[in-house]
Amino acid sequence: MQMGKLFKRNCYAVFLIFLVVHASWGYVSNGNQSGTEDETESEQEQNLPVFTLNYSRIQMPLEITLWILLASFAKIGFNVYERITIWIPETCLLIGVGLIVGAIMHSVQERPPAVLTSRVFFLYILPPLVLDSGYFMPIRPFIENIGTVLWVAVVGTLWNSIGVGLSLYAVCCIDFFGVRDISVQENLLFASIISAVDPVAVLSIFEDLSVNEQLYIVALGECLFSDAVTVVLYDMFTFLAGMPKVESRDVFLGMTRFLVVGVGGLLLGVLFGFVAAFTTRFTSKVSEIEPLFAFMYSYLAYLVADMLSTSSIMAIVTCALTMKYYVEENVAQNSCTTIRHVIKMLATLSETVIFLFLGVVTVTTEHQWNWGYMLFTLLFAFVWRALGVVVLMHVINPFRTIGFNYKDQFSLTYGGLRGAISFALVFLLPQTIVWRRLFLTATVTIIIFTVFIQGISIRPLIQFINVRKTNWKLESINVEIHVRAMEHTVVGIEDICAQWSHHYWKDKLQKFNDRFIRWILIRDNQPESSIVSLYKKLELQNVMDILEPPAVGDSLSPETPNQEESASKLKKKFLASDLRNMHNLLSKNMYKIRQRTVSYTSKHALPDETRTREILMRRHASLHRSLRGVGEQHKNLATTQRYFSLPAQRRWEHTSASKRYPISGNFGAEVELDHSLASPRSRLLRRSTSLGARNLGACRDMAANAGIAAVKDHRGRHGARRTSRPGSSQSRPPYPCPARQHHLQDPVNNSNNRMEASDNGMWSPLL
Amino acid sequence: MPFMPEPDPDPWQLRRLNGPQDFGSVKELATNPIGDRIIGAFFSQGQETVDFHSFVRILAHFRPLDKNRAKRPDSPEPINSRISKLRFAFQLYDQDNDGKISRDELLQVLRTMLEMQVTEEQLESIADRTIQEADLDGDNAISFDEFRKSLEKVNIEHKMSSRFLH
Repeated sequence: MQMGKLFKRNCYAVFLIFLVVHASWGYVSNGNQSGTEDETESEQEQNLPVFTLNYSRIQMPLEITLWILLASFAKIGFNVYERITIWIPETCLLIGVGLIVGAIMHSVQERPPAVLTSRVFFLYILPPLVLDSGYFMPIRPFIENIGTVLWVAVVGTLWNSIGVGLSLYAVCCIDFFGVRDISVQENLLFASIISAVDPVAVLSIFEDLSVNEQLYIVALGECLFSDAVTVVLYDMFTFLAGMPKVESRDVFLGMTRFLVVGVGGLLLGVLFGFVAAFTTRFTSKVSEIEPLFAFMYSYLAYLVADMLSTSSIMAIVTCALTMKYYVEENVAQNSCTTIRHVIKMLATLSETVIFLFLGVVTVTTEHQWNWGYMLFTLLFAFVWRALGVVVLMHVINPFRTIGFNYKDQFSLTYGGLRGAISFALVFLLPQTIVWRRLFLTATVTIIIFTVFIQGISIRPLIQFINVRKTNWKLESINVEIHVRAMEHTVVGIEDICAQWSHHYWKDKLQKFNDRFIRWILIRDNQPESSIVSLYKKLELQNVMDILEPPAVGDSLSPETPNQEESASKLKKKFLASDLRNMHNLLSKNMYKIRQRTVSYTSKHALPDETRTREILMRRHASLHRSLRGVGEQHKNLATTQRYFSLPAQRRWEHTSASKRYPISGNFGAEVELDHSLASPRSRLLRRSTSLGARNLGACRDMAANAGIAAVKDHRGRHGARRTSRPGSSQSRPPYPCPARQHHLQDPVNNSNNRMEASDNGMWSPLL
Repeated sequence: MPFMPEPDPDPWQLRRLNGPQDFGSVKELATNPIGDRIIGAFFSQGQETVDFHSFVRILAHFRPLDKNRAKRPDSPEPINSRISKLRFAFQLYDQDNDGKISRDELLQVLRTMLEMQVTEEQLESIADRTIQEADLDGDNAISFDEFRKSLEKVNIEHKMSSRFLH
């Protein structure tokens, strides 16, 4: 069938590309020799060389580029057939591809490129991975559960490492397995490496199945912080492994160092986050380089923390967390999108490269296999994790309002896959460790085991045991208001009883934030309650739904029952709200709506903007169609959906040619549609401005004023920043509705200030 | 704490608060947007004073839900059940006790909660939208059933509980 053919064709294409890339690579690296020979020959001959092959100069960048391309092709290949990624996590597929490539390389007797050095990994590959986790962490659930997250991640990882390490040491002491001489430190080192949990695959499954919020956030946070803890432990134990004897003083020093490292990294990250936020307050004129600030500050936090020997992962994560909230309010829309996209891109790249490498290395290196050690590693890893999760949860459940039941605990245990970080760390073990190869083999085994077996089976298991779910799509203004009121109530009650729990602290933090921090860090400070932003978002969605009428182009003829019905439905929808106010809010604040929606994105995807785009595209298409035939129609505007969107009672003269479509009815005005306006955005805005056209009374209140400065909104935004929009302010309409014009210019100018060019094609407000 | 020991001869009778001003010793309530409503909730209909017993009864609404308690079929609804918590919250809005949250009452609450952030018209729009969303029988007000229905997916036991009140 169609799907099958397409699939096959794509598969062939991808496979061919693989082969071509690989062959060219092989040829090129073999052609190294002949290249230099050519050059020397031509030098001797004193002739101008017409064509030379100079490989050595570009070898490193070329190899890197080819690897990256290979990884990207692999990703294209997976997503050809969508059902695959549902049942088999992407990491499995990546490792699979790596195995295949490794097999190919092994057969041509070639070694994997030596790009993955310690330096490259820790300086270039790891930061994007953790930055991605930190940036897309949903802040509110995170802060609500932060105690649990830190407890499970930090103490859990410690528990795992020490438990597995000591058990393995006990096993090693038994002569039977022939690994007698692995010391305690080395065992602990190995254990710390494999206790880094990386449930990337599991998180996307959790999100698909909408498991309850607490479980999700604990898994996500654990992923993040266990990386930090592991790296710290790794450093510590590597150092200790080099020492012949470990005294108790060293243990104590180790614990202190652990604390210093963790807290230091955190503070450093927060500091850099605030500095970054403060810097973006002043970048309104240089919006092209705004993303650069975000990246450079995070990277700076990472590097400085590394220099001071604190936990660089903690630093970059906390930097991203603090920075995100304020930066996203300050920077332009485009910069915001850019930041997100680039972070995702880099993170996906890093991860893909690592897993590919894993596959390749698995096949090409010589392994040192020891049945006893392997099996016991697997066993202990699983057992200790299960124990750890259960015990820790039991300890912390009394302190939580919503406890974790056994199903949650099971999911968390079973979802503890090992991943990229473990592999990289073991690969980078110094050569001084004698049993390096054994550790490598064991780590690869455990990674492949957990990723394939646990990763593939966790989805049906979670569905089977029916983990408690959360409805994340719950968006209703009622809920928001009442929940807010309840929070205030509980805080009040707690004040009365003089016993403060986390509600009180959360409230205090929020007040402090609103009063001081936002005042310093945000460019254009208007404190906004979540009620208001949710309301705006919902209204915008409503407007979009209206503006996209179901069947516009072909229903221009007399009112069909469909239209009546939908019109009356529409009337009911806007029973009491004043359309003018809605339009007010929309036009003033559409720019600001985006900040609320970034959360719960899976590790492999960005927030979905396709719906908005689709609506816009369809809207424009239908508008084009409808306008062509609209001239002869005289409709009763009040009852037709379509005409809510057309501006009324206003006459604009534009420098470019425009068409006029007389439309009579309740509105009784001329409508101008300027097709020459490059950006559909402004067209859309003009549509929405007319929503308030009905109520002329409000317009009469506002004085006709050529200057915008007089028409400020109540919050007193600075009027100076706005420049008059070219083309529309030249001729003020004779009708007394300058307010609408102001509102139109408002978002457009705002956007104009912040967007480079107004012909930006698509406008994506709902970010 | 509002309940300070008073040098008074009658130990049982005069442990009471003589009106909302006694709550003034709790300073944070002044900054709480619905602080005055919370205080008002302690004083039941028409009464000027609150005795200790009623005080505790009100606080008991905020006990976390005890899942393990055996359910006896004819016992009255426990005071910290979901319905009671919801009713308490409802009464915070419904000051005139007519069983409905009218648009005005909602506006008042919204006004205190959103204070300086929105204009009056925007407040009204939000209030209108709220009523529109929740109102099922078209009377332009939110009854207790509609209130309950709109919050059916929310974990009330979590939101309206305070841990320490075991």
